[in-house]
Amino acid sequence: MSHALMTPQPGTLTGSPALEIQGLGKSFPVGGLFSRESVRALHGVDLTIGRGEIVALVGESGSGKSTLARCVARLEKPSSGAILIDGVDVLKRDRFQASRAFRSQLQMVFQDPFGSLNPAHRIEHFLRRSLAIHGKSGGSEEETRQRLEDLMTTVGLEADMLNSYPHELSGGQRQRVAIARALAVEPQVILADEPTSMLDVSVRIGVLNLMRKLRDEQGISMLYITHDLASARYLADRTAVMFAGELVEEGESLDLLSNPAHPYTQLLVSAVPDPSRAGSYDPVRRAELRQAVMASTHCAFDGDPNQACSAEEPVRHQVGDPENRHWVRCHLYRPWAAASGHALASEPTQPGHPASNAQEEASA
Amino acid sequence: MTISQVSFGSHEPVLEVKDLTVKYIGDTRSTTAVDRVSFSIGTGEVFGLAGESGCGKSTIANSIMRLLKDPAKIAGGSVSFGGKDVLAMSPEELRRFRWQDVAMVFQSAMNSLNPVLTIGEQIVDIFTTHAGYSRKESLRRAGELLELVRIDPARLKSYPHQLSGGMRQRAVIAMAVALKPSLLILDEPTTALDVVVQQEIMAQIKELQRELGFSVLFITHDMSLMVELSHRMAVMYGGRIVETAKAQDVYANPRHPYTQALMGAFPPLTGPRVPLTGLPEGVKFRNIPDLTEAAPGHYVAPIGADPSVIDPAPLEGAAR
Repeated sequence: MSHALMTPQPGTLTGSPALEIQGLGKSFPVGGLFSRESVRALHGVDLTIGRGEIVALVGESGSGKSTLARCVARLEKPSSGAILIDGVDVLKRDRFQASRAFRSQLQMVFQDPFGSLNPAHRIEHFLRRSLAIHGKSGGSEEETRQRLEDLMTTVGLEADMLNSYPHELSGGQRQRVAIARALAVEPQVILADEPTSMLDVSVRIGVLNLMRKLRDEQGISMLYITHDLASARYLADRTAVMFAGELVEEGESLDLLSNPAHPYTQLLVSAVPDPSRAGSYDPVRRAELRQAVMASTHCAFDGDPNQACSAEEPVRHQVGDPENRHWVRCHLYRPWAAASGHALASEPTQPGHPASNAQEEASA
Repeated sequence: MTISQVSFGSHEPVLEVKDLTVKYIGDTRSTTAVDRVSFSIGTGEVFGLAGESGCGKSTIANSIMRLLKDPAKIAGGSVSFGGKDVLAMSPEELRRFRWQDVAMVFQSAMNSLNPVLTIGEQIVDIFTTHAGYSRKESLRRAGELLELVRIDPARLKSYPHQLSGGMRQRAVIAMAVALKPSLLILDEPTTALDVVVQQEIMAQIKELQRELGFSVLFITHDMSLMVELSHRMAVMYGGRIVETAKAQDVYANPRHPYTQALMGAFPPLTGPRVPLTGLPEGVKFRNIPDLTEAAPGHYVAPIGADPSVIDPAPLEGAAR
């Protein structure tokens, strides 16, 4: 591996996770030049991605998913916390901006394949450039050529598409090129921020399948950021749920989505359209869930002698079988008020239940 | 075509589209965006039109509203609404037809509100322009309308940017039903919204539909959402309808390979994790033939009989 020089002996690190995020926080200043106000977009996020593991990060728009991705990709400077790759804190190692070594360890795939490829260049240019910058071109032109063709094959594209311009490709094909560009660097972690949300529905699954194949065959770890719970369940080994800039629940994907413990997760799961459970929408239940999310008054683990609740500390309760590594943040914990700038807070109405509506507004 | 007889219940069809063909005419070449499409919507029926971007579903909506602009041209077929020929309407008739008979909610409708006018001014404008009410009467009705979609009437004084996306979308839906149209066209009404808000808006639409009894033409690419809301649905591909039946029948037993691919594109939220395939890159269907009845009320474009149709076999064999 090329980054062996930058880190201690890789052999000693086999136990360390591919990516570890510790207590990551980010706040953005708001108001005028002399304003001291700030909006807290992320607070105390701890997330670990093991080697060859796919972790999904789900949540509504405004929950802080993309801010997390931008902080981890070093496109945004985190306010606090640490980002460990191979056990090395990259925020300390490259203090001011991401180094080339960091980029060769972690690559991003963005949401919009129409905006992420320069229309003036052929596909070959993007891949060749990635290879050259990170010294992966090989010794000769033949080797480079071979690498290019291999990359195209890996992502399921024809090698003669190297000569195409981005506008000649469909959305799905472009996203495959974006993935090939990330792969050219041979990263150990890929951050994919909503990689399928702008693609036509019928080709979305193909891109998800490709991501899974890369994990299975090359052991690449991935952080898959999405608002689509069904696709998170389909692709990811573990799923983490983000709400108002903090993680509220995390666990093995199938277990988390079939036994959601946090009211916010329950709210998200209940809102996914699913014809197989027709007539699932219950306004009364919805109002209760919203109420529980916005101002919970009791925790399911209250009274459990093994797991103490706390309104001050974000305690993590273990849910079910320890094997599923499923935890939920104690419902009693209320982060400070400034964190409530999220989608749910600005939607005070619920259809069919005016009574609890007024109640909720009073408590908000 | 016999499809028009399969409308929901025994009601008179509100809207009847027959062999509609729309072409985009360029200087050197022209494209057929909608190709001999026929369907009908009965009174109080929710009819879904599913398909991917570029398949012509929005073009159909715009043709029904007569909103097509150059270079798009209706090249053939007919659209009749309550027995009237929409394609032959004069500008004055069209003005009454739009909003009073048929209202439409566009894809990014919540961004179509005028940012410098309050919500109230914009709703009042509908009543004074289209229904000729006095300002005072209009304001009263505007308040009622917001209550109908569960927005506090005090919000009449708010500007669009002071409302959340979901509330704006609800306000736009309220405006669409202001004049009690008999048909509401919803073009991807919830695409830009989060799932929680999306579900609440869909519930709202269902409730309004039950209360006011209008018919709905519902356009989306999200099959799960479509099956939940629609009574009957049609799946479009490349300007053609490839399958139409009761929504539950399409969901339970999709017959056309493209419909199957669309259904397979949405991973389920329950049950074991099974590999799905979707539609592989590059698979295209061409020269889609007319629909034939495969089962009672279930019409499908035949596959395989016509050699010009690309063999859909790669669908099954597609590698993960």
